[in-house]
Amino acid sequence: MNQTISRLIMNRIGLGVLTLWIVSLVIFIITNLLPGDAAQELLGQSATPETLAALRTQLGLDLPIYTRYIQWLGGLLVGDAGYSMVNGMSIMELIWSRLPNTLVLAAFAASVSVPIALSIGIFSAMYRGSWFDRYINMMAVFAVSVPEFLIATIAVLIFAVKLGWLSALSHVESAHTFGEMIKVYAMPVLTLCSVLVAQMARMTRAAVIDQLSSPYVEMALLKGASPMRIVLRHVLPNALGPIANAVALSLSYLLGGVIIVESIFNYPGIATLMLNAVSTRDMPLVQGCAMLFCFGYLILVLIADICEIVSNPRLRK
Amino acid sequence: MSSNTSSVKKATSIYSVSLFSRLRGRSASGAIGGILILFWLIMSVIGPMVAPYGANDFVSYDVFGPVSAKYWMGTDYLGRDIFSRVLNGTPYTIGVALAATVAACTAGVVSGLVAAASGGWLDAVISRTQDAMISIPSKMFALIMVASFGSSVPLLIIMAAIAYMPGSFRIARALAVNVMTLDYVQVARLRGESMAYIIFKEVLPNMFRPVLTDFGLRFVFVVLLLSSMSFLGLGVQPPDADWGSLVRENISGLGSGAPAVIAPAIAIASLTIGVNLLIDSFGNKSAHH
Amino acid sequence: MTELVKVSGLRVAVRSGGADIPIVHGADFSLKKGEVLALIGESGSGKTTIALSLMGYARSGCHIVGGSVQVAGVDVLTLSPHQLTKMRGRTVSYIAQSAAAAFNPSKTIMDQVIESAMIHKTCSRKEAQEKAIGLFKELALPSPETIGERYPHQVSGGQLQRLMAAMALITDPALVILDEPTTALDVTTQIEVLRAFKKVVQERNTTAVYVSHDLAVVAQMADRIVVLKNGEIQENNVTREILEAPTNEYTKSLLSAMKPETRQDTVEQKTMDLNTDTPLLEVRHLEVSFGNKKVLHNIDLKIRRGATVGVIGESGSGKTTLARSIVGLVQASGGNTYLDGEQLNEHATKRTREQLRRVQYVFQNADTALNPLHTVEEILARPLRFYHGMKGKKQRDRVLELLSLVHLPASIANRRPTELSGGQKQRINLARALAAEPDIILCDEVTSALDTVVGAAILELMADLRKKLNVSYLFISHDISMVQAICDEVVVLYSGFKVEQGAGESFQRPPFHPYTQLLIDSVPELQQGWLESTNANHETLPTISAAKQNVELCPFLDRCAVRIEGKCNRIIPARIKLPKGNQILCHHTFVNDLNSQSVQRHEQKNALVESV
Repeated sequence: MNQTISRLIMNRIGLGVLTLWIVSLVIFIITNLLPGDAAQELLGQSATPETLAALRTQLGLDLPIYTRYIQWLGGLLVGDAGYSMVNGMSIMELIWSRLPNTLVLAAFAASVSVPIALSIGIFSAMYRGSWFDRYINMMAVFAVSVPEFLIATIAVLIFAVKLGWLSALSHVESAHTFGEMIKVYAMPVLTLCSVLVAQMARMTRAAVIDQLSSPYVEMALLKGASPMRIVLRHVLPNALGPIANAVALSLSYLLGGVIIVESIFNYPGIATLMLNAVSTRDMPLVQGCAMLFCFGYLILVLIADICEIVSNPRLRK
Repeated sequence: MSSNTSSVKKATSIYSVSLFSRLRGRSASGAIGGILILFWLIMSVIGPMVAPYGANDFVSYDVFGPVSAKYWMGTDYLGRDIFSRVLNGTPYTIGVALAATVAACTAGVVSGLVAAASGGWLDAVISRTQDAMISIPSKMFALIMVASFGSSVPLLIIMAAIAYMPGSFRIARALAVNVMTLDYVQVARLRGESMAYIIFKEVLPNMFRPVLTDFGLRFVFVVLLLSSMSFLGLGVQPPDADWGSLVRENISGLGSGAPAVIAPAIAIASLTIGVNLLIDSFGNKSAHH
Repeated sequence: MTELVKVSGLRVAVRSGGADIPIVHGADFSLKKGEVLALIGESGSGKTTIALSLMGYARSGCHIVGGSVQVAGVDVLTLSPHQLTKMRGRTVSYIAQSAAAAFNPSKTIMDQVIESAMIHKTCSRKEAQEKAIGLFKELALPSPETIGERYPHQVSGGQLQRLMAAMALITDPALVILDEPTTALDVTTQIEVLRAFKKVVQERNTTAVYVSHDLAVVAQMADRIVVLKNGEIQENNVTREILEAPTNEYTKSLLSAMKPETRQDTVEQKTMDLNTDTPLLEVRHLEVSFGNKKVLHNIDLKIRRGATVGVIGESGSGKTTLARSIVGLVQASGGNTYLDGEQLNEHATKRTREQLRRVQYVFQNADTALNPLHTVEEILARPLRFYHGMKGKKQRDRVLELLSLVHLPASIANRRPTELSGGQKQRINLARALAAEPDIILCDEVTSALDTVVGAAILELMADLRKKLNVSYLFISHDISMVQAICDEVVVLYSGFKVEQGAGESFQRPPFHPYTQLLIDSVPELQQGWLESTNANHETLPTISAAKQNVELCPFLDRCAVRIEGKCNRIIPARIKLPKGNQILCHHTFVNDLNSQSVQRHEQKNALVESV
């Protein structure tokens, strides 16, 4: 690791922090744009002006918007996202109670989809134009075109209704053995993976094909290298950056995908927490969850950027 | 070595061939995609008029009824004709998505051109803001917007437009920056042409194809996003219903395998697959060149 | 000696829209062991396609339709894919045109050089590495022991090209294919690479196929030449015969295009006085910096009305930057540009329309200089309307007039650039500049992307137009023989410094600035034995002590064959005037010492060439 590389990485981290700050601003402004008053919402129509005013002071709603923003942002920095307006619980606690479940689901989906997608992408690039490639491409077009809830409903229809193998709802608490885990996670993971694999495989294929058309691949071919050697020794080291980007972008899709999947399977994760917050208009909780999701996205993109920088041979000493 | 002659040949086949024969040369899947899109576009205008029943007419006592000659897609949880409800949902699904996509791409392309043409601090500010916007996942953004403002058709259009503008901006800016470094744009600059001439005569026409492809992809994303929102009950609100709402309201029929759940979902898939097939055939065509 | 390679009836086709378009129509030739055969032709002649088919390979979109290719007794066209991988890199190896692109950027050079030895298991890794280092030495590469540890982007283009030769020779193949291996290099680098190639080819008695468009280069390397045009063999003979007694018309036209004729009309122009007239265009003390790096140093330049001035230099010399700065695309950090004595703003956007009209710029690459979506008529009509307000029939007539001025048919007006050939596009590019009715046209390497014959025709056209329209030209080029033949005045740039300036014909006899000398000596001549006889880069450089720090010294110090200890590495040279009129930036006065020496050398060389 030399100076140029560390400077570039620091640069990216700095940009990430700047972006996160702009995101916090956007989220805060949107959620505070309407004069809709949390105190009014909490107390209902029958509240007296006095109690309303008292609650406003208590919630800090009488302060100007920038003061509230600074307070909120300062809280976030020290790990305090405020309290839910619906049940008064600490938002951090609420999030911590749900986050592990979502992370397990995401990790499951990622660990299944990444190897499958990369191998499919690389193979279809190697055998471009073959029946395998065309078949995979067709499947991928279908998978990215179809809404997740259709895949989920079809999965439920087949595995829960017709075959009766799995339960339509995910009871995480009841999963103790490995077999039970599989049963609980099978359908949510399957739903997430179908789109994930399709996207990632398409992007990987494009990245590999891009490298396959470069002169150094022709050179390797004319040195007598086998197709396998060309891909493993020559193409992959150069395609690492683009592939890391493809993986990061696809995984960031997970952040959106879990919203639907958790909702359909009634899975107790962050997304269902956020959906509840949206329907009860529990703004501090909405803000907290939104910041968490954006943070996750930025981390993924940052990792991909760093992979790209580190794998760039031109930056090596 | 043969690049010179072959590039001439390539070029002739791109430009001198008429539009008609170009379309004829497309793959079968592209044609299927085109037909699907055309069908749904027509339905989004005349759908509600040609529907056999009213969208909210209770036509049958048989809830979650099967496919029949009378009810082409069965009946829903209240005994309404699903086929009519799908046709009545077309303007919502396609119209709203189209409006949002047009807004997103227009805003994206305009800001992309402004950023590319101006450069400097203005470019930096626009790019940074758009980059921040792109790091809010679209579904997340949709939820925040609905939580803050409640759900209505104008809000959904604005929300989807804002959510998908940064992606369009990125592509438009990259394309514009690329074209602007080309020698023929330098030639126009050296001639003393105005920025407007350069953008409208030299740059935009050369961005048209990729921007159009991007428009199609973005339309698919918007349709999927809006359907998902409706599916979650946060999109188009009753009594109006788009296809996502139809899936949601009939989800209880899933256990019995009712067509009421499957039909609207398939309608969505046929639209998005159609667009993707058409774009893909364009992509394959240009990949050969 | 036996025939190592025998090609008969080879046919290759491009698959386009379901139909096969033949690009090689039945090639027959053979090659004995130890012989070097050149395939020569312009772009589209099929030379690379034929060479690649010797490895049983056709590029994407092409496929071999018929015929047989015998290499070492095996017909490679009948081999299975698996057998082909065993043959490639072992029996036949390949040296690609652009080494910069053909090296994998993410692997070390050594890994790539010995890769074919590893694939074909000809020796152990350690043996292969030792052998590679031996080859690096033979190819005169700097620090042969450690250069293999580097990555491709860390060595220069000329070195990469030689490293690729090591890569090709590591398995001691029966046949080596060299595909335009020096085309992407500067002439002064090309000569080093050619020497290295020639040495290893001779020492190892290598059988080789050398693909090139450049007859002069081929004359140095090949025993036999096959001339190709549009996929057909025009002539196949030993090198001497091809050069001295070509029988084929096409070969003759290639040969004549190689020798640019000196212009006749320079004399009358010369009578105009250099100093009394206000020059049409003048550059005074121009300096340009990119960041901290100064790319142009104190450039002075005057162009009279109707004169042609050439600026030559190798890549990175700042020649294009100079032209771009004159037209206002690049901003100067010092100095000014004047048009008819009137100072021009350094930003093109802040110049008046009239100023912009009078100075036109013709870009090197007509492919990117013409908007692919506009028709030829639209392209030519725009400046007519923009500068002269022409409309309707008048505009249309003028477009046709311009087309006939550049010798193009009127029917071309409705076509788009992508439907035109390279030469036609460059003519349109030129016609667009003429449409403005400029006083001066800046031409940036306008012929370098074109085939020799096509490029020669463009130059002829430009000389013709100059006579007709009395327009001035500033020619940017890397080709000193072309520039000295057509220009009234020549400026030589070296890493941003003007090292020499003088009348065009003065570049035909020494003395010169040492860099100009090197440049002239490096241009391949259409003569066998030139490579051995030329002085360029032959001698070892005089050893000098470390250069003085923090002083601006002669830019050519590191490569100069006549540098002087205590002078060149200590103080900046002055601009001096040679007796023949040329101005040079050098410590040598060439009055007695080098003058006689280099004249002598010149004569020696001529004598040598005649004796060959």
